[in-house]
Amino acid sequence: MSNINFLKPDRSNLNIFLYLGSFLFFISILDVFLNSFFKLNLTGFLPNFLSFLLPLILGFVGLYFIRIEFSGIKNLDLLNKHINTNNFNAVLSLLIIFVIIKSLPPILSWFFIDASFAGDSKDVCTGSGACWTYIKVWIRRFMYGMYPNAEQWRINLSFVALVLLGSVGYFATDKFKKYLTLYYVVIYPVIAFLFIFFFISGGPVFFDFSYGIIAAILSVIIGFFIPSKFKFYYFLIVPLALYIILKYFLFFEEYIELGKLDGLNWVETGAWGGLSLTFIISFFCLIFCFPIGMAFALGRRSDFPLIRYISVGFIEFWRGVPLITVLFMSAVMFPMFLPEDFFIDKLVRAIIAISLFEAAYVAEVIRGGLQALPRGQYEAAKSLGMGYWKMHIFVILPQALKLVIPGIANTFLALVKDTPLIFVVGLLEIVGMLNLAKTNPKWLGFAMEGYVFAAIIFWIICYAMSKYSYNLEQKYKTDR
Amino acid sequence: MNFKLKDIIPQLITVIAVVLVFGFFTYNAQINMENRGIDFGYGFLSQESSFDVQFSLIEYDGSHSYFRAYLVGLLNTILVSVIGIVIATILGVIVGIARLSPNYLINKFAAFYVEFFRNIPLLLQIFFWYFAALRALPLPQDAEAIFGVFFLTIKGLYVPAFLWQNFNIFFYSIIAAIIAIILIKTHAKKIQEKQGKQIPVFLISIGLIFILPILSFLIGGVRLSFEVPVLKQLATTSFIYEGGVSLPPELIALTLSLSLYTATFIAECVRAGIQGVGKGQKEAAASIGLTPNQVLKLVIMPQALRIIIPPTTNQYLNLTKNSSLAAAIAYPDLVLVFAGTALMQTGKAIEIVSITMFTYLTLSISISILMNWYNKKIAIQEK
Repeated sequence: MSNINFLKPDRSNLNIFLYLGSFLFFISILDVFLNSFFKLNLTGFLPNFLSFLLPLILGFVGLYFIRIEFSGIKNLDLLNKHINTNNFNAVLSLLIIFVIIKSLPPILSWFFIDASFAGDSKDVCTGSGACWTYIKVWIRRFMYGMYPNAEQWRINLSFVALVLLGSVGYFATDKFKKYLTLYYVVIYPVIAFLFIFFFISGGPVFFDFSYGIIAAILSVIIGFFIPSKFKFYYFLIVPLALYIILKYFLFFEEYIELGKLDGLNWVETGAWGGLSLTFIISFFCLIFCFPIGMAFALGRRSDFPLIRYISVGFIEFWRGVPLITVLFMSAVMFPMFLPEDFFIDKLVRAIIAISLFEAAYVAEVIRGGLQALPRGQYEAAKSLGMGYWKMHIFVILPQALKLVIPGIANTFLALVKDTPLIFVVGLLEIVGMLNLAKTNPKWLGFAMEGYVFAAIIFWIICYAMSKYSYNLEQKYKTDR
Repeated sequence: MNFKLKDIIPQLITVIAVVLVFGFFTYNAQINMENRGIDFGYGFLSQESSFDVQFSLIEYDGSHSYFRAYLVGLLNTILVSVIGIVIATILGVIVGIARLSPNYLINKFAAFYVEFFRNIPLLLQIFFWYFAALRALPLPQDAEAIFGVFFLTIKGLYVPAFLWQNFNIFFYSIIAAIIAIILIKTHAKKIQEKQGKQIPVFLISIGLIFILPILSFLIGGVRLSFEVPVLKQLATTSFIYEGGVSLPPELIALTLSLSLYTATFIAECVRAGIQGVGKGQKEAAASIGLTPNQVLKLVIMPQALRIIIPPTTNQYLNLTKNSSLAAAIAYPDLVLVFAGTALMQTGKAIEIVSITMFTYLTLSISISILMNWYNKKIAIQEK
């Protein structure tokens, strides 16, 4: 204990260094803490410059003193290992601690302490904090857009029903597990489509059930007599063709004269908006872009050069242009390409554009999965006498798709983040509604609250999805 | 001949389908344009544009042609992309390295940054910076100077302008320095291969790149002065800064959000790249007696870069494409000037949208061709 070398802390004087270092470190943190939370300046008597830098110097010296290797105290060793390995790291750690302490009070006061929650007019928002009243008043617009208030239960009911139907796979017993793929790939999208097109829009029914059922039964019966070689093409084309023939040629139904669900008012798609529109668009684009992307991924790996070139051209074209120009195209250029009396709703146009755009990205992801499969899988399937389609449907695609689930999830994440761009075609989802609400003369000056609110919502959705895709990735990594 | 019908029919069907779809579109487009009295053609590019653009790098006003407007938009897009790429790279590399730091706080701070900015839509971030954050800045007359020369106001950032004399001599001196560095590098490599001696190339390069331009100041007669922006009163309540260079708030909001957003992706690329180099490589390099700096420079970085560069280039491409969101906050980029204003005035939807898409397409494809070439060049030559 005789002479202490303050430039070189060591174990022999452990206690002195520990107490001195901890004290200095504590003082520096306390100084910043009091300064930021209570506006007290402990070191106010010093010159400005010194007073400003003092916590950093004190903390640095304190951390230097307690940086003793193999001290034998577990917590101290952990601390040293994690935030205090050398001088440089010590300074960075201190700076980060200071930034956190400094930024907490303004954030807390803006979000909670000085914020106003009560009331339903602008007058209550007098404090310096956020005006959450604004969000409260406008929440229906942010969630449902211009959809009439009285009809909003339709959206809620649809979403609840779809979520329940979507969670079927979670509860399915082993006996039904093998039908799940069929359910999710074919039945569920159709149900969702019917829900959104009949229930949420309440609009004209494009699809006549009676003819649809007749067409389906007929095509199955005829299907028995078709050689198995052509069965795939057959079921791809014939049911739809039968339906069209039945409806528009055999029984001469009027093209526009269509039924309507009883008691529901029609809400045109221009009135849809808010967060629900984000979900609707993301959902449709997902179910449309997936098969298109799969087709082009297979096309890109096809043995036929012409099909390969066309697929490469398609994929590279959509991947090379920004989404905003694609939406511009769907808004101003696409109507020029259609017959004059043919009108497509702008929501449908946007969905088509985004689906084609995302399909190119999905195609590249699936191609990655196809390439990752060992050649042996192809050769084994061929040696069993499987043809192209059988091989892909039963052997290649199930394995490849399992591999690329995380990639698909990432693409879908990008899709959700891209939905605000539909402002280009004049549709207003949540960000668009914010921009609209911001210009309302009664509620000027609350842009910040709106954007923070939307950012929190998007962040929760996207973060949950990215964590989920990460978990899937980990799960399938160990599988192989 | 080994043509088989089985091979030809699917291709034929596909081609016919594609041709039919395109034919249908073209046919409809012709009829539609005839009905509306629009004629197809790119002649409008040389016509007088008669609209103004807020912010332009080249001289432009309403009397110039549409083609000039296109160039203005393209240059603005390139400007915002280049600034964004530079900032995003610097930030991304720092954050990527920070995510590998053994320091718990730094590691978590970097992870927080990445998770925070990556999961919020870019458009929302642009709106936030432009409509919420930058609107909170002071008016020109209330702005405080940063370092006495920069003024950050609600109307944009005012920075001093450089006034050069004999700029070309300065420029030549930099080129001379670069050529000298390349020569010294090749020479040093030769010496190392022949005699095993190492020349401190890095120090010499740093010296050259500073000394030659400084010499151009001392001997070559290059002079540099600054024009500091000065506050000027237009009316009783209207103030403006004169002189210097003014960067509009749209540009600031756009570069800020683009670079903050893209940096998160670049950070992940950098992290994956450095993690992708096997631990054994580092240990092997250390065990043959290389210093830590040499290990980093000669062993880790060349291998890490091979993993980092392709996805990072992809991110640069994404940034360039995302810069088209500028249209949302009225920054005059290619989409706003050309596919927005010019389209509204001329009504030539097909021509203008196709030119805009083709421009982006050219940009993307040329970069991906370059990337493929680079990938082939640096790929490990397996025997």
